[in-house]
Amino acid sequence: MTPIVLRLTHHVYWALILIAPHAAAATVDFKRDIQPIFEKSCYRCHGPARQLGKLRLDTNKAATSIIRAGVAADSPLYKRLTGAGGEARMPMGGNPLDAADIDKVKQWIDQGADWPDAAAIDKTKHWAFLPPQRPRVPAPGGNPIDAFIRARLAEEKLHPSSEAAKATLLRRVSLDLTGLPPTLDELNAFLADPSPRAFDKQVDRLLASPHYGERWARWWLDAARYADSDGYEKDKPRFVWFYRDWVINAFNRGMPYNQFITEQLAGDLLPNPTQDQLVATGFLRNSMINEEGGIDPEQFRMESMFDRMDAVSKAMLGLTLNCAQCHNHKFDPFKQEDYYRVMAFLNNSHEGSIAVYTESQQKQRAALLQRIREIEATIQQRTPGWQERESRWESGLKLTSAEWTVIRPEVDDITDGGQRYLPMPDGSFLAQGYAPTKHRVRFIAKTQLENITAFRLELMNDPNLPMHGPGRSIWGTGALTEFEADVAPASEPTKTTKVKFVRASADIDLPEKPLDAIFDDKSKKHRITGPIAFAIDGKDDTSWGWDNGPGRRNVPHNAVFVAEKPIGFPGGTVINIYLKQNAGGWNSDDNQNCNLGRMRLSVTTSTNAEADPVPAAVRSALAIPATQRTPAQSAALFSYWRSTVPEWKEENASIEALWRQHPEPASQLALEDRVSVRETHMLFRGDFLKPGKAVTPGVPSFLNPLPENAPLNRLGFAQWLTARNSPTTARAFVNRMWQSLFGTGFVPTSEDLGTQSEKPSHPELLDWLAVDFMEHGWSIKQLQRTIVTSATYKQSSNVTPELLAKDPYNRLVARGPRFRVDAEMVRDIALSTSGLLSPKIGGPSVTPPAPEFLFLPPVSYGPKAWKVSNDEDRYRRALYTFSYRSVPYPALQAFDAPNGDAACVRRGRSNTPLQALTTLNEPVFLEAARALAVRTLKDGGATDNDRLAYAFRRVLARKPTSSESSELLALLNRSISKVKPWELLDVKPEWASVLPASPEKVAAWTIVTRVLLNLDETITKE
Amino acid sequence: MKPSPKNNGGHISRRWFIDQCGVGLGAFALADLMQAATDPLAPKPPQFPPKAKRVIFLFMAGAPSHLELFDYKPQLAKFNGTLPPADLLKGYRSAFINPNSKLLGPKFAFAKHGQSGAELSELLPSLAGVADDITIVKSMVTDAFNHAPGQLLMNTGTQIFGRPSMGAWVTYGLGSESRDLPAFVVMSSGAKGPSGGSQCWGSGFLPTMYQGVQFRGSGDPVLYLSNPPGIDASIQRDSLDTIRKLNQTRLDVTGDPEIATRINSFEMAFRMQSSAPELMDLGKESKQTLEMYGAEPGRPSFANNCLLARRLVERGVRFVQLYHESWDQHGNLVKDLKKNCKDTDQPCAALIKDLKQRGMLDDTLVIWGGEFGRTPMVQGGDDGRDHHPNAFTMWLAGGGTKPGITIGESDELGFNVTKDQVHVHDLHATVLHLLGFDHTKLTHRFQGRDFRLTDVQGNVVQKLING
Repeated sequence: MTPIVLRLTHHVYWALILIAPHAAAATVDFKRDIQPIFEKSCYRCHGPARQLGKLRLDTNKAATSIIRAGVAADSPLYKRLTGAGGEARMPMGGNPLDAADIDKVKQWIDQGADWPDAAAIDKTKHWAFLPPQRPRVPAPGGNPIDAFIRARLAEEKLHPSSEAAKATLLRRVSLDLTGLPPTLDELNAFLADPSPRAFDKQVDRLLASPHYGERWARWWLDAARYADSDGYEKDKPRFVWFYRDWVINAFNRGMPYNQFITEQLAGDLLPNPTQDQLVATGFLRNSMINEEGGIDPEQFRMESMFDRMDAVSKAMLGLTLNCAQCHNHKFDPFKQEDYYRVMAFLNNSHEGSIAVYTESQQKQRAALLQRIREIEATIQQRTPGWQERESRWESGLKLTSAEWTVIRPEVDDITDGGQRYLPMPDGSFLAQGYAPTKHRVRFIAKTQLENITAFRLELMNDPNLPMHGPGRSIWGTGALTEFEADVAPASEPTKTTKVKFVRASADIDLPEKPLDAIFDDKSKKHRITGPIAFAIDGKDDTSWGWDNGPGRRNVPHNAVFVAEKPIGFPGGTVINIYLKQNAGGWNSDDNQNCNLGRMRLSVTTSTNAEADPVPAAVRSALAIPATQRTPAQSAALFSYWRSTVPEWKEENASIEALWRQHPEPASQLALEDRVSVRETHMLFRGDFLKPGKAVTPGVPSFLNPLPENAPLNRLGFAQWLTARNSPTTARAFVNRMWQSLFGTGFVPTSEDLGTQSEKPSHPELLDWLAVDFMEHGWSIKQLQRTIVTSATYKQSSNVTPELLAKDPYNRLVARGPRFRVDAEMVRDIALSTSGLLSPKIGGPSVTPPAPEFLFLPPVSYGPKAWKVSNDEDRYRRALYTFSYRSVPYPALQAFDAPNGDAACVRRGRSNTPLQALTTLNEPVFLEAARALAVRTLKDGGATDNDRLAYAFRRVLARKPTSSESSELLALLNRSISKVKPWELLDVKPEWASVLPASPEKVAAWTIVTRVLLNLDETITKE
Repeated sequence: MKPSPKNNGGHISRRWFIDQCGVGLGAFALADLMQAATDPLAPKPPQFPPKAKRVIFLFMAGAPSHLELFDYKPQLAKFNGTLPPADLLKGYRSAFINPNSKLLGPKFAFAKHGQSGAELSELLPSLAGVADDITIVKSMVTDAFNHAPGQLLMNTGTQIFGRPSMGAWVTYGLGSESRDLPAFVVMSSGAKGPSGGSQCWGSGFLPTMYQGVQFRGSGDPVLYLSNPPGIDASIQRDSLDTIRKLNQTRLDVTGDPEIATRINSFEMAFRMQSSAPELMDLGKESKQTLEMYGAEPGRPSFANNCLLARRLVERGVRFVQLYHESWDQHGNLVKDLKKNCKDTDQPCAALIKDLKQRGMLDDTLVIWGGEFGRTPMVQGGDDGRDHHPNAFTMWLAGGGTKPGITIGESDELGFNVTKDQVHVHDLHATVLHLLGFDHTKLTHRFQGRDFRLTDVQGNVVQKLING
């Protein structure tokens, strides 16, 4: 019996969601009535992909054997659906079709089983795969949205609702456009404005508000799977808030959507990209990164690629591609090859981070560099013939003396501390994966050389390192605690002798300084970095460091270590080289490593080997004939030269002082294209260890073609996505916009408009909006203005039981939207109506109050930093809350905020007891209630009635009814005698004088304002 | 036994509307229609009569060594210090070690126990006492050999983030039998949190009310459960009454049934404020029971969590998951295993005995295990093992499993499964089967496709099932 119950529940559920729009028609039409049934229930086994029992129901030719036209009772098709005739009922192993559907099939067969050839399903002709055309508006004049909506309502014999009250409307549109409720001043101004354009003026004001960008940025960040941490086990903090701020600014500036997409996919490939355009590529980099020990970095790079494909397809394309990761898409015409060809556009990037500067820092930096140039220009002006002096210096400059042989050692993987040392083609190693904060890695080299006198360690830049390295710390720095080696004859590799180093030199020898706070290992030892001598002093607390301050720390370096005695045995030598890297901090689950990032080892037999003191950039400029050097190369050469000239000591000192004023950049994950193109292979079942044939970048043939001359890279892909004839890009966007304003999209599955999606509730309106959006320059604000100024949007959201029964999810929009606001708005409403909200926009993410234990084991895998803010950062808008993927902020998680593990274009909207506990008891909500009580007593008027109306309007933007007033005032009066004011107000009795009323009164009002902040209406858009 | 001594299950939402809310008649008529929408956690029958009605999953995160605990390998002892056969390592990937590392013999002695003769390590004396009540599966295999992906696979059936966990699927399929507590409760103990983080008990694309709710062994068991300072129970009740009245007024004005659900949520929150502390109060347990578990009120531990798990299922909670993350013995194999077994062996056995004596073991499924096993090869000197996906051991008890048997075998070195392989997907299929579901039919449509816990795989392990 139980299955039936379950089925009924599901049946009701689906009936509610699907709203069967048409009553049984007199004549059954194959295309309209029958094919959808087949599509829903039969094609999985009897369709284009599979033909179980050699039967397919997707073409009329193939299905004739099971249909006896005119006689359903004799048709195997009908019999199998009902289970009559002794054979297994279809769908095999599934629930039977609804009786109504079976009846339709019967009627259709009885009526002659008319199956027009034209109805043969061509999946490539699915509506969403054809570019949208502007449809005719049913009733010209007025807002076309209303015409389309009303035409459909008329079909359903429904009437639109009347316009909502002005106050309700302002609260609705304010929450929709800025995520904040209206202030009393805004509300009063609107209520007092008799102009017919009064509402339109409010829309203009809200679209121009700087908080508009915050609201819509959060909306996009769902799709961009934004989070402030890496995810997986370590879940380390990452640096991506510049991207978040870029999104805020893009919305505020009204960036056209096509440009918005293009910069996120390929900002770095635009001509002379700005910092902003590089930051925008953070979109693709929002993938999680697994750096638990013992991983294969390539496996998780591929996971990131899959994640990016998923994000692009959900957020931008509006089609589900990820099925095709492992096999041809079962329902849509995507082939597995299509998937990997699309991936080939994206699969050619380095994954590092870039140094980024705020606007004021950029100015500061530009001024500083200008000042340096001026000082250098002064030197040049003052020094006639400096060019000749420079070229004399240049010709006198010795080439690097020693001849070096790059060795290509093996890495002893027991000693790598879980960090992967990836061998690179030039003989260097790139450190990837887990980053232990302390380890001593052993390289094992075999050589036939004898008389080896010295070793060279080169530290190199790499675009996959933080800020290009050459280290792995968050600034691209690192430190070498000790350089050690031992040697043995090849015939007896275990018979090692320790090498004694008598001298070390490097191109950089910085003065001694303590390790930065993030490298604190809790040992309380005096741990320092300094000159290269520290690398052979045998001490664990001293390391060679090269952190020359911001602006100059991310350059290559080299160091040379001279052995006491020549090395090398006849018949071959095994050399073990140990790089001890112990300058990191105590927590290797945080960003505390101070490791080398990319390094190369060489040996020489030359005597008097020394490190090359000339910076690598200068060395490469020197290799170019003077006449062919770029101005930048010449300038670099001059800068280095003048720093060596004693007579310019004073100027050199001034320039050094300027460098020390260089602003400290933030870091941002970004993309950078590889020079040599990475080959993309199809992967058998998506397994990176099972590559199949190589593929070139390309787009699925049933969608728009790649625009002519589009480059075969991310930029070309963006051009394809934003082409006017892209069938889904604009549709997916306007559909999701409709969803966020009305609760459900025209197509409920915003992430997938493919053949498995429901038919749109208003296909013409969807297309009209999509075309209008594109033809208005992809202007998001224009699209929103069109929607929110429609009569459809302005309808009252009250609903009668009859209308609710007919359209429970308001798909037909015979009423205005009414639903609980998003998690962030739940919190922002409490903060803003209580006056606590900080209006500050942008900047690093903040850490408002949260229970400490969440960030510590055994709840968190490792200990995480969460220092609760006590300044204005305690009350910033929720989108600035630091988001650890593995420990979501509880007050937001309770209200369905996604945690950024994967792109999300459609949030759940649950209604749970945990939400009630949050708004009732969470500290920040209580602080908001207190603040609102204090404000009410200060500014709310002379009587409790006035005060109540004041607080009520602040929260709900409307006056209380008399029964609401009396309920709340009764609570106030009952509470005065019951509350414990000092505990509730969290103040000491001696502070009583700063309170606007007696402590009992403030406390009792806090009980009332707490109730206000906990009303359903408060956290609901009506 | 009855689903719960604390309530009689049934149609919470509807009865509740009438009894407690006094929701307007117009809205109530709707409640009938809207039941699926307003009370998605109402108890639902499974697809066929179940053997198990609830689950306690003891998740030994970090991956315990099958070779020291369950899967005795004399040959591994014999070949201790030698290299493994080359053909065994073909295509094998390991996390940290060079796979071509020396074999490491088992570190502890084994003996046979109970009538079933289950072979168990000396580290598990208490489990040995209930050997005839458990079903040991020595032939587990998984696809992942890193922690986060491995834990996700064990919990969600895939290494991909964003899919519902087993607890979420079960709650989605069966609803909740508790009016006062969440349907799916998670607790943690051990040295760290689970590598997979909150995704291990996430709801993925299922509605978020199905995700696991973390309970804590000390302080407020549920976040924000206590009233703020200065607000006592009477003010809280008074405030909630006012909230309810105003919400109801608004319901009358707007006609939106979501407000009825909101009223319901606030009332359940209030009930939870008293039921959850009552649940957590181990002082109510007898001294004998506390001793049996090794639990101490007020001192969070795995033992306390096991006892709480029993109290939770007694109160109608559908799915309880205890994480104990401390089994990642790359080194310190001997010392750490001793400690881990000291912390967990007694409470695990006590949980089985306790459920049994209360008549709850028959329809409560207990699952013990981690995300993978450990290499027969050594890591480091001679006291560590790396991650190993090819063979590991789990055990189950109650809930319709066949007690006192051991299923499956691994080869002489404990490297590969040689008999009755049970993949993680098969385990999931079996768990769902015991709960009354065909795992291929417990589905949810998302992104144009029907998803399920077992994706496109999984076979019910019939040998595991009693009768």
